Amino acid sequence: MRLRKKLFISSGRTFLNAKKRTVDSFVYTGGVAALFGKTLSSIWSFPLRKRQILEQMSKIGVASFPIVVLISFFTGIVLALQSAHQLQRMSAQMYIASLVGLSITRELGPVLTALIIAGRSGAAITAELGTMKVTEQIEALETLSANPVQYLVVPRFIALFVMVPLLTVYADFFGIIGGYLVGVGRLNITHAMYMKMTLVPLSIGDVMTGIAKSGVFAVIICFISCFEGMNSQGGAEGVGKSTTASVVKSFILIIMADCFFTAIFYFFGK
Amino acid sequence: MIELKNVCKTLNKKTILKDLNLTVKRGESLVIIGRSGCGKSVSLKHMIGVMRPDSGTVLVDGDDITKLNSEELDKIRMKFGMLFQGAALFDSLSVLENVGFQLFECTEMSFSQIKRRVRECLRMVGLQGIENMKPAALSGGMKKRVALARAISMNPKIILFDEPTTGVDPITGDMINKLIRHLHNTLKTTSITVTHDMRSAYRIADRIAMLYEKEIIAIGTPAEIMRSENKTVKQFINGDAEGPITAGIGSRF
Ligand SMILES: Nc1ncnc2c1ncn2[C@@H]1O[C@H](COP(=O)(O)OP(=O)(O)OP(=O)(O)O)[C@@H](O)[C@H]1O
Ligand SMILES: [Mg+2]
Repeated sequence: MRLRKKLFISSGRTFLNAKKRTVDSFVYTGGVAALFGKTLSSIWSFPLRKRQILEQMSKIGVASFPIVVLISFFTGIVLALQSAHQLQRMSAQMYIASLVGLSITRELGPVLTALIIAGRSGAAITAELGTMKVTEQIEALETLSANPVQYLVVPRFIALFVMVPLLTVYADFFGIIGGYLVGVGRLNITHAMYMKMTLVPLSIGDVMTGIAKSGVFAVIICFISCFEGMNSQGGAEGVGKSTTASVVKSFILIIMADCFFTAIFYFFGK
Repeated sequence: MIELKNVCKTLNKKTILKDLNLTVKRGESLVIIGRSGCGKSVSLKHMIGVMRPDSGTVLVDGDDITKLNSEELDKIRMKFGMLFQGAALFDSLSVLENVGFQLFECTEMSFSQIKRRVRECLRMVGLQGIENMKPAALSGGMKKRVALARAISMNPKIILFDEPTTGVDPITGDMINKLIRHLHNTLKTTSITVTHDMRSAYRIADRIAMLYEKEIIAIGTPAEIMRSENKTVKQFINGDAEGPITAGIGSRF
């Protein structure tokens, strides 16, 4: 009897928790969407802050360039080596070029770049805005008649929206270089053959698809990290928590969005 | 003129202000006193609209700022300067950019004019030659004074000071008191100051208001407050550990 009552209460609590969580997630989505709307409206209605935008571009883009290059380069190598085993058995190793080229430009280039930027710059944005929030700097901005969205979010949004796709192009390029080194260096594919096998199946549409995706990822990174930062609470600990949350949520959303797009292109594409 | 009418505010499920009524007259210097954590900073933030009341209205020169959108609010805020309790300087900007923030953002002044104005403001708070330093390199009291310089840079009509003299040495503290009086006398600013320091309260106040248990329990000229018969006020201004405020808790030593 007691046990049953306990079970009843605890399942009731689970239900209430689930309800609260659902409501919270709607509130969260609403908050992020509102931030998105405010940002878009203030991009058009205010003069842009060139200095801040350039500063953010250098922090987000230029500083992430080496790690993006490094990771995509090694991913290209690994991809080529892994598939070499299987394809060599069928003497089809020249298809490595196509395989690396396509999977890097359509999937790995955009996704890896977005994950790197979410971990590197998204976390930094949340930590910076979060610290500003908990030390009342955001309120101070308001009292000085500066709109925090316009002052803080817009430059970061523009920088991310330009830099993530740009970095993706570099990631594509260096990923293919990685595959090329393995193919031409180890597997005795000729330079001309490798180039041909890379470029022939690769349409401009594949590259554009990857870049379009990376634009969406940039939007995700920007609004999750800015929203988490601007809603931090509770001192240094709170900033730590929202930084973690920002990275985790961006990762999940990036992968989910990627899955969504890939499915769409699969069913409706070509 | 600022009027708070029946302002209620609950933060983290805790009621901080309940039906708070307070009128600040144009051109007066009002000091708000009260125990730590009683909601003084929260009240100041309501006056400038960075916090919105759950219910009640906040009138600034007749405009209800709780109903304005952010652009209209930005316009109203041009009348204000605010010194935050924790200074709230922008870490990523230098002292020059911090103090001159509004001058850069909202005026057409040239760089050298701004530099001159910033130097002037810094001199008023007893600082010089620190324009190129970052806030992280300043001491606590220096930060407070830079923030004070930032609050007065545009000669605002209304200035909110949240504990301007806390954390600075007594000489600087007195200088700040004089500065507040001076701004008040020369520019006819309305100033609202939160302080724990009764000596400075008596010096700068035209009127003193005491916030206790979510509302204003006493308001009057320094002389009236000093002569107040209210036991709570008496205990507070005399700084006694025993009295109605601490009844039930009392001093354990
Ligand atoms: N952003 C916030 N979120 C939640 N609670 C808050 C917030 N700001 C203030 N509080 C709570 O409101 C109460 C009043 O805070 P406030 O900062 O106004 O006190 P105060 O009177 O200025 O005290 P002090 O003299 O120590 O500065 C405190 O109990 C505090 O816990
Ligand atoms: Mg306070």
